[in-house]
Amino acid sequence: MSVLKSQLKPGSEEFKQNAANLATQVEDLRSKVDQIKLGGDDKARQKHVDRGKLLPRERIRQLLDVGSPFLELSQFAAYKVYDSQVPAAGLITGIGRIEGRECMLVVNDATVKGGTYFPLTVKKHLRAQEIAVQNRLPCIYLVDSGGAFLPKQDEVFPDRDHFGRIFYNQAQMSAQGIPQIAVVMGSCTAGGAYVPAMADESIIVKQQGTIFLGGPPLVKAATGEVVSAEQLGGADTHCRTSGVTDHYAENDPHALALTRRIVSNLNYAKRPDISLRDSREPLYDPAEIYGLIPRDTRKPFDVREVIARLVDGSEFDEFKQLYGTTLICGFAHLHGIPVGIVANNGILFSESALKGTHFIQLCSQRGIPLLFLQNITGFMVGSKYEAGGIAKDGAKMVTAVACAKVPKLTLLIGGSFGAGNYGMCGRAYSPRLMFMWPNARISVMGGEQAASVLAQVRRDGIEARGKSWSEQEEEQFKAPIRDQYEHQGHPYYASARLWDDGIIDPADSRMVLGLSLSATLNAPIEPTTFGVFRM
Amino acid sequence: MFDSILIANRGEIACRIITTARRLGIRSVAVYSEADTDSLHVQLADEALLVGPAPAGDSYLRADRLIAAAQRSGVQAIHPGYGFLAENADFARSCENARITFIGPPACAIDAMGDKARAKQLMASAGVPLVPGYHGEDQDPDLLLQEADKIGYPLLLKASAGGGGKGMRVVESKEEFLTALAAARREAMSAFGDQRMLLERYLRQPRHVEIQVFADSQGNVLHLFERDCSVQRRHQKVIEEAPAPGMSEKLRQQMSAAAIAAARAINYVGAGTVEFLLGSDDSFYFMEMNTRLQVEHPVTEMITGQDLVEWQLLVASGQPLPCSQNQLQISGHAIEVRLYAEDPQRDFLPASGTLKHWLLPEPTPRVRIDSGVQQGDRIGIHYDPLLAKLIVHAEDRPSALQRLRRALDGMEVVGLTCNRDFLRRVCDNPTFSSGEFDTGFIDRNQKTLLAPPPPISDEQLALTALYLLLQRRQQARQAALSSSEPDSPWHSTTGWRLNSDNHHRLLLRNEDQQHSIMLHYRPHGFLVELPGGNIEASGELCDDGSLRAIINGHRCRARVLQNGLDLTLLHNGFTHTLQLDDPLYSVLDLQAGTGSLNAPMPGKIIAIHTSPGNKVEAGTPLLTLEAMKMEHTINAPLEGIVSEIHFQTGQMVEEGVELISIVSEGG
Repeated sequence: MSVLKSQLKPGSEEFKQNAANLATQVEDLRSKVDQIKLGGDDKARQKHVDRGKLLPRERIRQLLDVGSPFLELSQFAAYKVYDSQVPAAGLITGIGRIEGRECMLVVNDATVKGGTYFPLTVKKHLRAQEIAVQNRLPCIYLVDSGGAFLPKQDEVFPDRDHFGRIFYNQAQMSAQGIPQIAVVMGSCTAGGAYVPAMADESIIVKQQGTIFLGGPPLVKAATGEVVSAEQLGGADTHCRTSGVTDHYAENDPHALALTRRIVSNLNYAKRPDISLRDSREPLYDPAEIYGLIPRDTRKPFDVREVIARLVDGSEFDEFKQLYGTTLICGFAHLHGIPVGIVANNGILFSESALKGTHFIQLCSQRGIPLLFLQNITGFMVGSKYEAGGIAKDGAKMVTAVACAKVPKLTLLIGGSFGAGNYGMCGRAYSPRLMFMWPNARISVMGGEQAASVLAQVRRDGIEARGKSWSEQEEEQFKAPIRDQYEHQGHPYYASARLWDDGIIDPADSRMVLGLSLSATLNAPIEPTTFGVFRM
Repeated sequence: MFDSILIANRGEIACRIITTARRLGIRSVAVYSEADTDSLHVQLADEALLVGPAPAGDSYLRADRLIAAAQRSGVQAIHPGYGFLAENADFARSCENARITFIGPPACAIDAMGDKARAKQLMASAGVPLVPGYHGEDQDPDLLLQEADKIGYPLLLKASAGGGGKGMRVVESKEEFLTALAAARREAMSAFGDQRMLLERYLRQPRHVEIQVFADSQGNVLHLFERDCSVQRRHQKVIEEAPAPGMSEKLRQQMSAAAIAAARAINYVGAGTVEFLLGSDDSFYFMEMNTRLQVEHPVTEMITGQDLVEWQLLVASGQPLPCSQNQLQISGHAIEVRLYAEDPQRDFLPASGTLKHWLLPEPTPRVRIDSGVQQGDRIGIHYDPLLAKLIVHAEDRPSALQRLRRALDGMEVVGLTCNRDFLRRVCDNPTFSSGEFDTGFIDRNQKTLLAPPPPISDEQLALTALYLLLQRRQQARQAALSSSEPDSPWHSTTGWRLNSDNHHRLLLRNEDQQHSIMLHYRPHGFLVELPGGNIEASGELCDDGSLRAIINGHRCRARVLQNGLDLTLLHNGFTHTLQLDDPLYSVLDLQAGTGSLNAPMPGKIIAIHTSPGNKVEAGTPLLTLEAMKMEHTINAPLEGIVSEIHFQTGQMVEEGVELISIVSEGG
């Protein structure tokens, strides 16, 4: 194994300024997350607690193995998207351990708009299920939701990837033997009633949980029958009479303990079909990543410095080290799990793309998970490169990425612009999990680039009409474009719309990637068949 | 010297005798009851014989079986230990008849001291001081008054037939005498049907000081100084020491001379103890003589460097005493405490239970532990609840006391109530430390000695919580090692959360109090949020299961033992019990309550097992239904009272109809 040797100078002024800059961004990230984690406002939370219910994050804490990690997903979902605040889109999702078994948790937060489903709530719920399917994670639904957010029913109900897909996924997963467990801790009305009804096993909390297709007001309107919610669809009705739920819980903690018991009886043993090693910490402190990320996003940095702070023992066996040097490929281990790393170290040329394609083939052949470290402004442009067939070489890499069946993880550590995003396993290429650093940016091209392109087009038009366009006018034209790109390319904007699975502190990367990688090993690694590579 | 002995006893004294026998190369044979099959003394002995069922009356007190056991094992002598048959003259005689040496005094000496009245007469004639008193048959009040004046005040009026304090009065002055006499007589009459009274000098705040004597068959008698056994509860010793605090050489000589005179008066042979009451004016009076080895003999051994059991064996085998009086010297100070399975809070009533955890301080030449129990033993109701004796020795009393405190702190007992904390408190009592205590010490200091244990402190709650999370960490580590992916970060127990800190909430109960403890995960431990403020706690579990912790920068040790949901914290010499909250616990109640009183299917009632007004418990059979050629018994789903039975035997019932009504008592 080759050991990476860091050239970084942690004492330097440059390092300190970089570190301070990123630390500010991480602080902002953490303070926003703290706010989001509160859920609804004080009043809503108090009301929730006064009813004898646990707050959703407390439910998660009691459900998970004591002290075990929780890889929360999409914390920023719906962040500044809707007219009113919907923290975390009113739904907490993430991977956590119950009785030693990694599970996908999907937890309604009734303190946020009564736990109703906004369009992004649906998207987040479906994304969690998608991750569960791909990685064969049992799903635990802690249900406490008023159903669809009615004012936005057109964006929630009718389409393929809308509310109905939740139950479709439940059925599909159950069919594949991925356990579906529902815990009814609050309302579960109309369509929502199918979450417990379609679960493999379900629990309901006495005097808290209710399940019915139509609530008391609807029943009265439809048939004139007057019935209380508890009588209509409470725990006693469903555990003793209807059989809609299987387990009767006295209260939230009891329900969660029962859930743990159910998971303990799943009879599942994780058997990763992969050659594991002993985990070792990197030789360099992951926190030093702060100091190596330049303040100016356009300034390049050596991605090996990042790798040296992520992988076991800072050991990295590079592939084709001397060829296509703007793309770094090589083998390493993360928490003892082998991983093939594909990382940008500059613009992608034909050679880089060919090297990447070759390497992805190697990993797929050998069943080694792939980790993409994205910091890419795009493929090289210009007549020389077009003539050299950069489009077909880029296409090869995109084909390889799209087809590779080994677990893929993507981490955006810098820019993610243009076709580079595709070749480096952007969202559209179904990485099992995808995260962003707070300094990363994502857009079809860089803000400056976009402004320049649009300005050039405009200048050409003006000058064709024989008019002139001053530098000042051009700058006035470009500024809002740059601002728009900066705004929309920001991780908060991206994560709010679920273009990724979360924004992470760079110092946490090793942990997040390790948890993710380990979680993917719950599913067998399938063999890959590649599409046609244009030669 | 004998080559083999049988020890007709159990527990610590049996073990202690075996130890000396082993050192001397003597084969030791133990006896045991059915309750003691796995006891320590059985394990330690070279051989052991079953002598009967658990009750002592059927085993350890069965002279015939003990002698049969001795004969069967071919031993030459029987050591009776203390208690059981140690002071039973008939047993001594039976041994003699069976040609087995009884390691103890001759039967006649036992007899002489066994009869208290006769013993007193013998002592009086030997010039041993007795408590002045009147024991005459003439009960004329005026005569009694005269006798009282002769004895002096304060004096004690005691019913001749008495016991248990009934018919007993302390009379402070002559003026009170006749009134007190009348009252005591009335009480005695109603309690015993006998109003005869004895008069005795009442010693205010006396001390219990005893002299260890030893005599051989050659007629040599010597003493091994005194022991002070004034610290008593329920008239039983708990702490003994030697020499007696504040004992002057002059008084020691007077008392030991009296003790030797007492022994000589009955031609004593072997180990004996002459017990005296010692007044604050240095007057002392004979109480009784114990014709056996005493429980507290180790303190004498510690200060003299002698092995009294070895002496007993020598003397019993006909050899002379191994040394002379002037070869014996007091060296330093020794204190013994008796660790009992008893509840000091409930008037020292014996306690029973299983020794789930039993850790004693490391024995050294200065710290001796005589114990007959081991971890896992069930301490029952059949025998004396003595668990162990802890004996310390040092240059002087204050250092001995200090050593005792340390040793008690290192003693951990979980599983049953014991008097360890009480003993520890005695050590800290200023009166006890000063050495100026008497037999009323415990009674007078009940308030401090028997105060309820201090409530669990925040620091102790933090320790308990820390232990639980460290234990969880250890379990997770073990689970990781046996998993297919030992290094997965999913095994971590640092409470990791994305982009934020995390905490863990623990609910602990102790008796009526509930403690909600919030632990914030920190890089090197926890920040524990408690009512009294925040505590930084970190630490590790040692191989022996104890907890080495740092609490707000203070390094300390503690131990937590877990048995299901029950937790016991041992820290700083105190024991606290707590209960973990487990939400699944309520499932049991729930399941008991899920039965229905409705007919599960159509059928015929073939039997009714209860009637209206009956109290039933959950699970009590109520009636039997025959359906589909099968019998179905309907059990009570909950505790309550049967209010109505809606059908009679032979009737057919439809599915779902209510068969019986039960009113739950809770309402």
